[in-house]
Amino acid sequence: MLAHFLEEEGLATTQISLIRLHTDVIKPPRALWVPFELGRPLGEPNNPAFQKRVLMSALGLLEAPRGPLLIDFPDDTPLLGGAPVMLACPYVPPAEDAETTQADRLCKTFKTEMTSMRPWYDQALKKRGRTIVGISKLTPEAIADFLCSFLEGSTPTQNPRQDVSLAYQLGYSVEDLKAYYYEAITAQPGADVLSSEDLDKWFWENTVAGKFLRELRGICLKNEDKLLQQTAARRIIPQKTLLTNTGGKG
Amino acid sequence: MVSLEKLHPEERNFLENVPCPTFAAQPWVRGKKLKERRVAIISTAGLHQPEDRPFTSVEGDYYRIIPGDIQSNNLVMSHVSVNFDRTGFYRDLNVVFPIDRLRELAESGDIGSIASFHYSFMGADDPMRWEQTARHLAGLLKKDNIDAVLLVPV
Repeated sequence: MLAHFLEEEGLATTQISLIRLHTDVIKPPRALWVPFELGRPLGEPNNPAFQKRVLMSALGLLEAPRGPLLIDFPDDTPLLGGAPVMLACPYVPPAEDAETTQADRLCKTFKTEMTSMRPWYDQALKKRGRTIVGISKLTPEAIADFLCSFLEGSTPTQNPRQDVSLAYQLGYSVEDLKAYYYEAITAQPGADVLSSEDLDKWFWENTVAGKFLRELRGICLKNEDKLLQQTAARRIIPQKTLLTNTGGKG
Repeated sequence: MVSLEKLHPEERNFLENVPCPTFAAQPWVRGKKLKERRVAIISTAGLHQPEDRPFTSVEGDYYRIIPGDIQSNNLVMSHVSVNFDRTGFYRDLNVVFPIDRLRELAESGDIGSIASFHYSFMGADDPMRWEQTARHLAGLLKKDNIDAVLLVPV
């Protein structure tokens, strides 16, 4: 749609399309459909040659004499090689204390796991020189405290930020938490080439954080704040994970 | 993953039923050879610099500015949807926002030059709401001598 508006204003556009069905209806002037998974319009991370092929294919449409054009990119992303890698889940001793509640124990175990991932998160930061963790504007420790406060009471006593609503801050904190774990695990030997499916399976089925987020979602769905309910319903667990209904770490 | 056929049936059903507008006109702007063009990227991945405000759904709050000299290690994503892969982006920003590849194409002479400013929208919105903003951005892009816009979804 943006392409129509820009082109009407006199600017030539070309675009990558991830959902051919939609592009076929909207009919932008020039589009390259790619068969990659949603979230990866250029195909493969850390594969400059492949990315450049995709990019040149899209830009090359600008030299076509007439349109509209919807061209299919011929190749899927290269198959990943190598033997399957067992993702190391940190050992987290159970937080047993008869005086504490189940929520307290889950939070304590979650925080212990998060701390034990820190060397790999730091390694990822050194290796890549960047982190996506940051939209909540909280440190990893503060993110854990903030998210745990939902389990301890029905609503946190206070929003750590004044510029966004509690529901938005919940969404940003969950995104930062997931980025922290995924950045950390992909810094481990052999894990940088794992598929998104393998990584999601690891996170949602094998980490305490995955179990914690399921609990968090359930609690926020019952909150009286409608925006928190919507955030819980849509922004904590991906739809495909909910649909496959995998168990999670006990 | 290749296409809709690989998705869970409910995800596929949702995407197949997203309403898409049609347009009566088919605008088509002719231009120079690619190697002479100045290129800007417009992403709908909800990208911005860490110090920028995250995206919201507030009416009128539709885009963030990405400076042309942005370092590829200095962008974050506050897209509200969790239903697309982010693990590629965690590992390499260029899989979503191909700024390093574009710079390489400028160095090799495959394109002319790169914009002073790129722009990012957050795609979990009705793009028809962006019409006036898009037309306004077109003017700003033309002031930057842009004659090719690459639109990249997520």
